[in-house]
Amino acid sequence: MAKKTTLIDLHFGKSDPATPICARYGNKPDALLEILHDVQHELGHLPETSLPAIAHALNLSRAEVYGVATFYHDFHLKPTGKHSLKLCSAEACQSMGGRQLIAAVEKYLKVKMGETTADGLVTLEATYCLGLCASAPAIMIDNKPVARMNVEKMKSIVEGLRT
Amino acid sequence: MIKIYVPRDSSAKAVGAGEVALAIAAEAASQKISVQIIRNSTRGMAWLETFVEVETPRGRVGYGPIEVGDVKRLFAAKFYEGAKHQLGHGLIDELPFLKNQERLTFVRAGITDPVSLVDYIANDGFEGLKKALNMSGAAIVTEVTESGLRGRGGAAFPTGIKWKTVHDTSADQKYVCCNADEGDSGTFADRMVMEGDPFMLIEGMTIAGLAAGATKGFIYIRSEYPDAISTMKEAVNIAVAAKWLGQNIQSTDHSFELEVRRGAGAYICGEETAMLESLEGKRGMVRPKPPIPALEGLFGKPTIINNVLSFAAVPYILARGSTAYKNYGMGRSRGTLPFQLAGNIKQGGLIEKAFGVTLRTLINDFGGGTFTGRKLRAVQVGGPLGSYLPDSQLDLPMDYETFAANAAMVGHGGVVVFDDSVDMAAQARFAMEFCAIESCGKCTPCRIGSTRGAETIDKIVAGENRDANLLLLEDLCQTMTDGSLCAMGGLTPMPVMSAVKHFPEDFDKPARLQAAE
Repeated sequence: MAKKTTLIDLHFGKSDPATPICARYGNKPDALLEILHDVQHELGHLPETSLPAIAHALNLSRAEVYGVATFYHDFHLKPTGKHSLKLCSAEACQSMGGRQLIAAVEKYLKVKMGETTADGLVTLEATYCLGLCASAPAIMIDNKPVARMNVEKMKSIVEGLRT
Repeated sequence: MIKIYVPRDSSAKAVGAGEVALAIAAEAASQKISVQIIRNSTRGMAWLETFVEVETPRGRVGYGPIEVGDVKRLFAAKFYEGAKHQLGHGLIDELPFLKNQERLTFVRAGITDPVSLVDYIANDGFEGLKKALNMSGAAIVTEVTESGLRGRGGAAFPTGIKWKTVHDTSADQKYVCCNADEGDSGTFADRMVMEGDPFMLIEGMTIAGLAAGATKGFIYIRSEYPDAISTMKEAVNIAVAAKWLGQNIQSTDHSFELEVRRGAGAYICGEETAMLESLEGKRGMVRPKPPIPALEGLFGKPTIINNVLSFAAVPYILARGSTAYKNYGMGRSRGTLPFQLAGNIKQGGLIEKAFGVTLRTLINDFGGGTFTGRKLRAVQVGGPLGSYLPDSQLDLPMDYETFAANAAMVGHGGVVVFDDSVDMAAQARFAMEFCAIESCGKCTPCRIGSTRGAETIDKIVAGENRDANLLLLEDLCQTMTDGSLCAMGGLTPMPVMSAVKHFPEDFDKPARLQAAE
């Protein structure tokens, strides 16, 4: 179980997985976004225990690190599903039935945007443009963009994740 | 050896180009046909992806859209000899979609392997930088100023003037930052440059470094573009190894380092000062101006910030001279703009044309009308902060000043087409909603105004005090326009008010329903 951190707890071990990641970037505070990306990539989310370790390594306040981690849509402070399914919710995709696609996927997975399926398989998220606007609607599944999307194609992608 | 080209651009990979390339390789192996498969950049004809090309003595011929299931039939028809096929399009150089463009920036699109330095140099790559290495910073600035190039990110500020300011400011360190946070829906030209011709961006940024006396550059790429990030990183490493980047470029006294940084899903970081904050590892909060970034930018140092397309236009300007570039365009909009035709369109993709082309030409002649075949109703130009235009405005020439005079903007050149199934009140509401989601929160008109705007539109659509609420919406929009710190809150009223103005019937639904009864 993860060690519980409180505001006055200054004894986060050198063993935090974020510490070597910070070192890889020379503990430079301007690399904070890169570091948060890498920590999240390794751990699946940004654990509460890692933020003070990052702050310590970069010589930032915890508030600064927390502020950055909560500002950007990409970062998650809570665990997410095994897979990330991002549906483009911007205008070009809307013009090609993006809204209807989102509604159909929400119904199929029985979750709303921003939620994770009960089996923990997929977290559904909105994204605003994947740069595939001439092949709309587009989605991104675990960093892999897929275009000319429709409900049937989407279902087969989700079923593919189960196996 | 037969040369077959299968694009590696994400617009191709997203419709199965990787699988098509594998299938071609497997089929060629089983038929014992010797082929070389080259993963080239895309031509920018999105509707034909996956667009497979074969080199023949007559030139390259193309086939598309190709899916894995088509590969065996292509081989049966001997496509590898350039033979006719129902998915064949003949000689690529003769295709009207490409032939009728003026590709200065996208001159190598579809032709080269993006990460091949040999290809780049064989196709005029680094010609601009070679000249710049023997020029003074001031001379480079003059060349760019005289070309008339204006910021392609959307603000259209004269690039040369920006560069001159940084050049004229003395500091121990200056920076060049490329804004590759291309978040506007309907735009993908930056992505195409980074995935398809990354050395061109490196060349443009290096020239900017020489011009201003900056030795360090950053490319800030949005995380939604994983392929652009990996391709740019790969290209930077290749350029460093070949001494086109780094210490003593091509054995001269000039040095320029480049670093690729990832964004994290915040639209606001496309605003230049928010991007600087983000590059410094902070929340993407907009900075008040002044000071302008050219004087106090990244880490408080003088900084050139330009969009990908602005930097990408520079190698051509240096190689061919400012006059060659300036001769394209109209009025004060000089050169070409890579327009991006998207949304509900039959033939979407990248159309690089001189300024002055009309939307109707882009949509009808290049695009072939709507994808659904239904009547066109609205076109949003310039991203989510751009106006919705009705059919009656499609004959306006695309020029910064003409569009501004008509309460619209060219912006980054994105054109999103909607057919008659669109609900313009929903689009107006989305503009407010998007602003609420993406606002950095620093100024009140943007942070609060966007939420109040969405609520007010809901009331209007519900028929609740419609006239009074329409007035309120207009007033709110005026406040956002006048009082916001940056373009996010300042321009959100453009899509909203253009929808109200040109499509009032969509804001009057209950009344229309009553009238119908």
